[in-house]
Amino acid sequence: MAAEEAHSPLGQFEILSLVPIRLGRLDASFTNSALFMVVAALTVTLFLTLGMRKRAMVPSRWQSMAEISYEFVANMVRDNVGTEGRRYFPFIFTLFMFILFANGLGLIPYTFTVTSHIIVTFALAVVVFVGVTIIGIVTHGLKWFTFFMPTGVPLYMAPLLVPLEVLSYLARPVTLALRLFANMMAGHTMLGVFAGFVVALGFAGFAPLAVDVALYGLEVVVAGLQAYVFTILTCLYLSDALHLH
Amino acid sequence: MAKQEPRPSLEDLDTRLKKARAAQSGPSGRGGQDKTGGIGFAVQAGIGLVGTLAVSVAIGYLLDLWLGTRPWLMVVFFFLGAGAGGLNVYRLSQRIVAAQAEAAEERTEGGPEA
Repeated sequence: MAAEEAHSPLGQFEILSLVPIRLGRLDASFTNSALFMVVAALTVTLFLTLGMRKRAMVPSRWQSMAEISYEFVANMVRDNVGTEGRRYFPFIFTLFMFILFANGLGLIPYTFTVTSHIIVTFALAVVVFVGVTIIGIVTHGLKWFTFFMPTGVPLYMAPLLVPLEVLSYLARPVTLALRLFANMMAGHTMLGVFAGFVVALGFAGFAPLAVDVALYGLEVVVAGLQAYVFTILTCLYLSDALHLH
Repeated sequence: MAKQEPRPSLEDLDTRLKKARAAQSGPSGRGGQDKTGGIGFAVQAGIGLVGTLAVSVAIGYLLDLWLGTRPWLMVVFFFLGAGAGGLNVYRLSQRIVAAQAEAAEERTEGGPEA
């Protein structure tokens, strides 16, 4: 969390440049945020490859954790997208594991939570949004645009409903990004705020400490839940693109 | 005794394999099975409502800057965004009702708890 300078609950979100890189006028420094993205990607890779190295028929605990996460996402894709969704499983699995580990690593003290920055979650959401739109147009061609006209609605309602549908479609990346970002940012700020009271209150500091312990438990749940929600919404959007309602 | 044992277990394996294959390739349900419960719904609905509105107003504002029609398009898009946000929440609640109905149906079909 925050270094020496005061214990601001927002200090934990500060972006620090670790290796300054300048590309012309663009600041492309390797930051603590980038570092933890790399760490998350590496941890996922190690977790899965080392866990599956033995390929035992009777899995060890580690191997079965890797298998469970695979099956969890595979079932999610099958239930929400159907068999056509299997082609996109690698992407969805990667997305889920990356967010899960980014959220989870952020809960370790002194780490940085990548997903507490809206630009990170927004970038992820835009990738999903653009990808899903392209998949939709490629699979259905011009027919894809009928997606904006709800079925079973009289034609004279179209001038009102089509703009609404288009707007709610365009808002998808923002709401998707906002959900993950807001949950992570709010939770970590709360942890920071209560942690700030612990020392200041002296002996009575055990009260905010107890709150922090409880909040930490909640945050563990939120970290998993938000990774799940982000992934399941990706599945639903993909399903919309493949089936058009 | 020991000789007869492999047979039933192989048959058992066969039926289980078939079941697993059917689950793998069969057509499956579409639509969200949101297991997040009440709070999840509240948060989703809130973000769906406000996020959509914010995006719409932003689009309206940018169109205004581009076309020089301040503030009229922003006003129009405000109402459109409110409508689209409402539509989102309506859709979400419908999905949850459908999921609940499906769950209730499964419960009655399945008879006593499996």
